[in-house]
Amino acid sequence: MEFAELIKTPRVDNVVLHRPFYPAVEGTLCLTGHHLILSSRQDNTEELWLLHSNIDAIDKRFVGSLGTIIIKCKDFRIIQLDIPGMEECLNIASSIEALSTLDSITLMYPFFYRPMFEVTEDGWHSFLPEQEFELYSSATGEWRLSYVNKEFAVCPSYPPIVIVPKSIDDEALRKVATFRHGGRFPVLSYYHQKNGMVIMRSGQPLTGTNGRRCKEDEKLINATLRVGKRGYVIDTRSLNVAQQARAKGGGFEQEAHYPQWRRIHKSIERYHILQESLIKLVEACNDQTHNMDRWLSKLEASNWLTHIKEILTTACLAAQCIDREGASVLIHGTEGTDSTLQVTSLAQIILEPRSRTIRGFEALIEREWLQAGHPFQQRCAQSAYCNTKQKWEAPVFLLFLDCVWQILRQFPCSFEFNENFLIMLFEHAYASQFGTFLGNSESERCKLKLQQKTMSLWSWVNQPSELSKYTNPLFEANNLVIWPSVAPQSLPLWEGIFLRWNRSSKYLDEAYEEMVNIIEYNKELQAKVNILRRQLAELETEDGMQESP
Amino acid sequence: MEHIRTPKVENVRLVDRVSPKKAALGTLYLTATHVIFVENSPDTRKETWILHSQISTIEKQATTATGCPLLIRCKNFQIIQLIIPQERDCHDVYVSLIRLARPVKYEELYCFSFNPMLDKEEREQGWVLINLSEEYKRMGLPNNYWQLSDVNREYRVCDSYPTELYVPKSATAHIIVGSSKFRSRRRFPVLSYYYKDNHASICRSSQPLSGFSARCLEDEQMLQAIRKANPGSDFVYVVDTRPKLNAMANRAAGKGYENEDNYSNIKFQFIGIENIHVMRNSLQKMLEVCELKSPSMSDFLWGLENSGWLRHIKAIMDAGIFIAKAVSEEGASVLVHCSDGWDRTAQVCSVASLLLDPHYRTLKGFMVLIEKDWISFGHKFNHRYGNLDGDPKEISPVIDQFIECVWQLMEQFPCAFEFNERFLIHIQHHIYSCQFGNFLCNSQKERRELKIQERTYSLWAHLWKNRADYLNPLFRADHSQTQGTLHLPTTPCNFMYKFWSGMYNRFEKGMQPRQSVTDYLMAVKEETQQLEEELEALEERLEKIQKVQLNCTKVKSKQSEPSRHSGFSTSDNSIANTPQDYSGNMKSFPSRSPSQGDEDSALILTQDNLKSSDPDLSANSDQESGVEDLSCRSPSGGEHAPSEDSGKDRDSDEAVFLTA
Repeated sequence: MEFAELIKTPRVDNVVLHRPFYPAVEGTLCLTGHHLILSSRQDNTEELWLLHSNIDAIDKRFVGSLGTIIIKCKDFRIIQLDIPGMEECLNIASSIEALSTLDSITLMYPFFYRPMFEVTEDGWHSFLPEQEFELYSSATGEWRLSYVNKEFAVCPSYPPIVIVPKSIDDEALRKVATFRHGGRFPVLSYYHQKNGMVIMRSGQPLTGTNGRRCKEDEKLINATLRVGKRGYVIDTRSLNVAQQARAKGGGFEQEAHYPQWRRIHKSIERYHILQESLIKLVEACNDQTHNMDRWLSKLEASNWLTHIKEILTTACLAAQCIDREGASVLIHGTEGTDSTLQVTSLAQIILEPRSRTIRGFEALIEREWLQAGHPFQQRCAQSAYCNTKQKWEAPVFLLFLDCVWQILRQFPCSFEFNENFLIMLFEHAYASQFGTFLGNSESERCKLKLQQKTMSLWSWVNQPSELSKYTNPLFEANNLVIWPSVAPQSLPLWEGIFLRWNRSSKYLDEAYEEMVNIIEYNKELQAKVNILRRQLAELETEDGMQESP
Repeated sequence: MEHIRTPKVENVRLVDRVSPKKAALGTLYLTATHVIFVENSPDTRKETWILHSQISTIEKQATTATGCPLLIRCKNFQIIQLIIPQERDCHDVYVSLIRLARPVKYEELYCFSFNPMLDKEEREQGWVLINLSEEYKRMGLPNNYWQLSDVNREYRVCDSYPTELYVPKSATAHIIVGSSKFRSRRRFPVLSYYYKDNHASICRSSQPLSGFSARCLEDEQMLQAIRKANPGSDFVYVVDTRPKLNAMANRAAGKGYENEDNYSNIKFQFIGIENIHVMRNSLQKMLEVCELKSPSMSDFLWGLENSGWLRHIKAIMDAGIFIAKAVSEEGASVLVHCSDGWDRTAQVCSVASLLLDPHYRTLKGFMVLIEKDWISFGHKFNHRYGNLDGDPKEISPVIDQFIECVWQLMEQFPCAFEFNERFLIHIQHHIYSCQFGNFLCNSQKERRELKIQERTYSLWAHLWKNRADYLNPLFRADHSQTQGTLHLPTTPCNFMYKFWSGMYNRFEKGMQPRQSVTDYLMAVKEETQQLEEELEALEERLEKIQKVQLNCTKVKSKQSEPSRHSGFSTSDNSIANTPQDYSGNMKSFPSRSPSQGDEDSALILTQDNLKSSDPDLSANSDQESGVEDLSCRSPSGGEHAPSEDSGKDRDSDEAVFLTA
């Protein structure tokens, strides 16, 4: 195995590990192909197991012969290793650097990970598109499954199976694909059972500067409207950006050609702007020296919460069109793989109670992020500490999770999962032993044979013992549409993610535990009372039977 | 009442602050104590009650085609915008309110007409609920080091101090009187808190009249006596809570701070908390931010930073943390002062006490703390909160800041406090409401002269009676967070301090979390208690039946299946179902109102339809019932009618909340 070549020094003794809120630990540092391990060899002392793929950046410095490596993780944690011996330290540092930036996906840990648990339900088959479609097909006959993309030939970033209007045949879909960015023709994202309105998503239309049009595209979109109804196109770019896109062959739906559709422009940022925002935010959170005013101004300057507000507002707007206006919506930005998915998935959280359950949320991520072709591999390659300018990284998924957390905070009893569930998903999107978030699209995952060669995250998460960690004790099924507030006062910083390593969570954890205890005890009593009632009822019926003749 | 120019105006519109296009049409009434707006809508007849004493500013804006707008800002952060059709009516209301909101004598205040229908005995009991003599006993006083001094009987030495004061045993009357002459307003050093575990204490005073070089032997002896009262430490911290520059400037006026060279064994320390004027402006700036119509995130964060409010909160907390550490970790006594020793000193002493002693984190203990460090030690409630018409430069949110410090701590230590956020909000409300006599006047002396206890009711008794609403479900007396000192991190955790929207935007319900974890858990706990009782009863009955085994008469299980789903309504679903204006100023977005034409609108009540989900002071702002006869109530004769209602309705509203 070529890992051995990369590991120059597999073992160093007397290494001291420093982490915030923990006493320093001295032990032996080991490097394996995928992990950095520190073991103190003492009982009851926590060891450190760190995936190389979780390492975002490292710094090294020397004082005499004592070397120090500062490891900055993609989950924002910063740890420090004091390593005696300059050579050892340099070797370890270069090994970590090499191992944490492997080029080939197939060398990643998921391809080597062997589960230590029994798989009762294979997560790769937990959320099949056919099953998801069945939920709709019982309610409406206006939609169908299309296998036009079976070979990923029509649209490389789409899954093999998509839902489209029944009246549009595959031939038309092929034509529409040529008119949409990345071949992403409009497909069904969400069907609102209450009034039959839908959310569709796509890539931008390739109108270009001379206003190219596509009859099939117009027909497809109009096929989703009921007689006499109008729909909304929500373009996640500002009008300005959308107009500029025409010069590069892109564009937007001209009202003249889509008279039944009204276009709304929002402006959700993309790519490096988001990445820079994350970098600034995490830097502000890690800076312990500044005063209150600087903290607030750095928080403001990061613009993170501005992005949160913009994304949530757009999602609310989409949901409002569906639920309150009774109008269908088509959502796209440029590619339709980032801000589009943030909006379509958040709108579903607002509209659809099922997506607020654990299973439903997993299905949502599977459908609206993985199948829909969000390029996880590219977006999550680096996190807040990356110092090289790379074009494709962006915390698009993290912003989505943050928005979900914001809604969860405003409706703490309406979600089956808790904050830890969201944090777990964030961690696995950036570094994981599971194959779920590998690759940039279904076609890539297919080629990598992830289903055969790696384990699905859902196989692990959906075990009862794991689920209990992620279940919100306050959950009460709420069948209503939930409208979050998007006022700045209502959108605080997500401390559970961004201050996770900067403050002790002891007291908050205790509070959570106390909350669980209160509810568990209540359930216990309820069960006891019910048993006794039944016993009593039985006894009394017996008595009654004796009495009645 | 002679100040009411027009008791009733019809066809007034109450503008919805969140969506200004929505306005409720109704009738405006002015009574001796309240402004009342009653909506015309026959289904709701929703009422909004504003106490005159809550009114902070009234602004008459330029008349438009629709009428004359009147903006009322309240001290409890409510903002009411009315549009009155006739300019003349608007002017009358304006002029009346200007006068009503600024009473000139105490007798005009609501507490003198408020009648919660308690008899004399109940009222008297209410006033003895919080007993400071008991509190000093609880601290372990008097003891070998500290004694009760009668030097201030009949307020002979210091008229802003209480009569009951604890001083070091070795401080003779001569020393005390001598020291008092060397201190601003004669506020000599006295005990605020005694830490039983190690004899360290927190003492308080005003600044010394040291000027550039003046000394006072008795004052030096006084500090010496404080040091000697703590055998565990050979020095005393003297904490001046002002910025150094301010303290130095005071020297020119013959005031100033202690010179370490003159006092043996003191360690002098400045902790810069700004003065009341800076704080007043800071709050003003922050409220302007809260008032912005659909601000961007940058507007909000920038405005929050620019207001400096959280910086000031942190400064107060830092001072409290410093003192708590000195007392509990170093075992050193601390003398705290600012200028007069009734604002910053009160804030800092009470924050430190709260950190040190779990008793102050209980419902009753917190009332004691306010009674002790604020009310008895002469915090100038009347001046600071503008109860009577006075110098606007004296007004400052001093106790508001303390209350916010407590909230910030509650956020950090969710299990450590017996009370919840609502308790803090209600106390803040009543500091301004003047519905109860506790916070009247500027000193104990004035309150005694006014015979407050014979003529008004105590807030503490009222809060205690309704304590079920104020409990923190996560509090357990035996929980580790409940024990001992609260330890905060030493690093400058600026991010720990957060904007308190539950206070400053509390009337914008849509901004608050739409489901309350506290209320949910309280409902669960209540049900748990019922289940425990039922379990016991069932076990008993089962035992009986099994034992007797004879056909006694059947008793149907009288309790129905506990159904948690109908029981716990913590979410205000009406609000959950009212989308905001997400389109911003988007022209292209349809003008059709979102709530129109939905076949399922039965489910979707409008926000205004619902009972206020916040039992919060709805008594004074959001009443629902008993409206029909309102119009025939003569405002002048109605002096106590609305007050009755508020007393009654508060309870019913609160009860409704858990069962609705």
